Amino acid sequence: MSVLRPLDKLPSLNTATILLVGTEDALLQQLADSMLKEDCASELKVHLAKSLPLPSSVNRPRIDLIVFVVNLHSKYSLQNTEESLRHVDASFFLGKVCFLATGAGRESHCSIHRHTVVKLAHTYQSPLLYCDLEVSMLITETNTTLGCGERVVSTQWARRKWLSKDSVSQRGSF
Amino acid sequence: MDSYDVPESTPSASSRPEDYFVGATPLQKRLESIRKQTSFIPTPPRRKVPQCSQLQEDVDPQKVAFLLHKQWTLYSLTPLYKFSYSNLKEYSRLLNAFIVAEKQKGLAVEVGEDFNIKVIFSTLLGMKGTQRDPEAFLVQILSKSQLPSENREGKVLWTGWFCCIFGDSLLETVSEDFTCLPLFLANGAESNTAIIGTWFQKTFDCYFSPLTINAFNLSWMAAMWTACKVDHYVATTEFLWSVPCSPQSLDISYAIHPEDAKALWDSIHKTPGEVTQEEVDLFMDCLYSHFHRHFKIHLSATRLVRVSTSVASAHTDGKIKDSVS
Repeated sequence: MSVLRPLDKLPSLNTATILLVGTEDALLQQLADSMLKEDCASELKVHLAKSLPLPSSVNRPRIDLIVFVVNLHSKYSLQNTEESLRHVDASFFLGKVCFLATGAGRESHCSIHRHTVVKLAHTYQSPLLYCDLEVSMLITETNTTLGCGERVVSTQWARRKWLSKDSVSQRGSF
Repeated sequence: MDSYDVPESTPSASSRPEDYFVGATPLQKRLESIRKQTSFIPTPPRRKVPQCSQLQEDVDPQKVAFLLHKQWTLYSLTPLYKFSYSNLKEYSRLLNAFIVAEKQKGLAVEVGEDFNIKVIFSTLLGMKGTQRDPEAFLVQILSKSQLPSENREGKVLWTGWFCCIFGDSLLETVSEDFTCLPLFLANGAESNTAIIGTWFQKTFDCYFSPLTINAFNLSWMAAMWTACKVDHYVATTEFLWSVPCSPQSLDISYAIHPEDAKALWDSIHKTPGEVTQEEVDLFMDCLYSHFHRHFKIHLSATRLVRVSTSVASAHTDGKIKDSVS
């Protein structure tokens, strides 16, 4: 099984790539769209994946940040995240992984206790952000997280949507 | 409140902040850990199955009998201000007058409705978890019989009771003038519940809000009720899931023979008298994987909406019903 490593490829110039991992396609799509609308000093690419490992056949740039999206309304998304975490190299957790928990606001729909996700983030020494992707747009912290603070003249065409969906094997999905 | 004062020893030269937290409430401990930038990671919750407490002897079986086999709608209630158990007769009178006035205002009117009602407040002894919990009390609306010669109790139109069970963490934060009875259960017409709610809110400066039970808590209830020993099973153990899909949501119902559910639980459960998060998760995961094997549907991606066992049943909208005495 291929493991995602942070430094196995050379970085591209002025480009940042974020990988969103989560079971809910529609939510990831919305999040990716709103992230791309935000001002970023460098060119931003967002990849979506249902789970890890990613198929090795696709040629993709180096991943700078992995965001695991856990939907607190669905135990399945937590199980999927835990499965996917096994395919991430340990050195990724030095600041290149982030957990996003959605749906904490609607307490009546929660299947997972908030503390479960807190413990997960604590175990992997990574930050945990709470949001609600179903309600409104999310303000992302891509700039600060990636550390791409260099001011570059950003041309409009360079900031076009770069979205690619990694189609993962259908194992474990319905 | 006295136990949270600064310890009696005179403040010495080395008065460390830890000294002030000897008798700290959990809230204070949490604030302290946030201030110290230490991470507050709670241990996985484990709940003790409450054993038959000594307070059970106080319970009046006749009074409690009619609380069973009814469907109750749950509300969460803020503490009542200046509520006194000795004024129950007074409250009965005031509430009676209020209800009659409201009904005559035409707010909740049915043609030909009988306005001869009687309101009774009474305490329910023994309906609490520990000695510290305030006494539960019951409110009933009865229809008065028309004939004065018959002194029989009329038909019960509406029942509601307030209680506090194992409310230690809440009682610590409540000050003296307040009575903390956070759970309110109502059975009867919605219009009556609204009128009585309004009266309580005006008289005791409290606030009612409907209590929803989320899927996480429903799975705990399912596990704990399955764990109960029942002499004979009157109903199958049934679960209802709501699948979030557009345009209309889909419902999945899963019924298990209660003895099978109990056998599954017994194979998972380890320590008697205590239920842990892992055991509950494993119990539900077994049901999910069994369903997945047959129908290739991940129930873990759906939302648990209703749990029904031989002991009791609960719906996410805050309706519960118990089936056993």
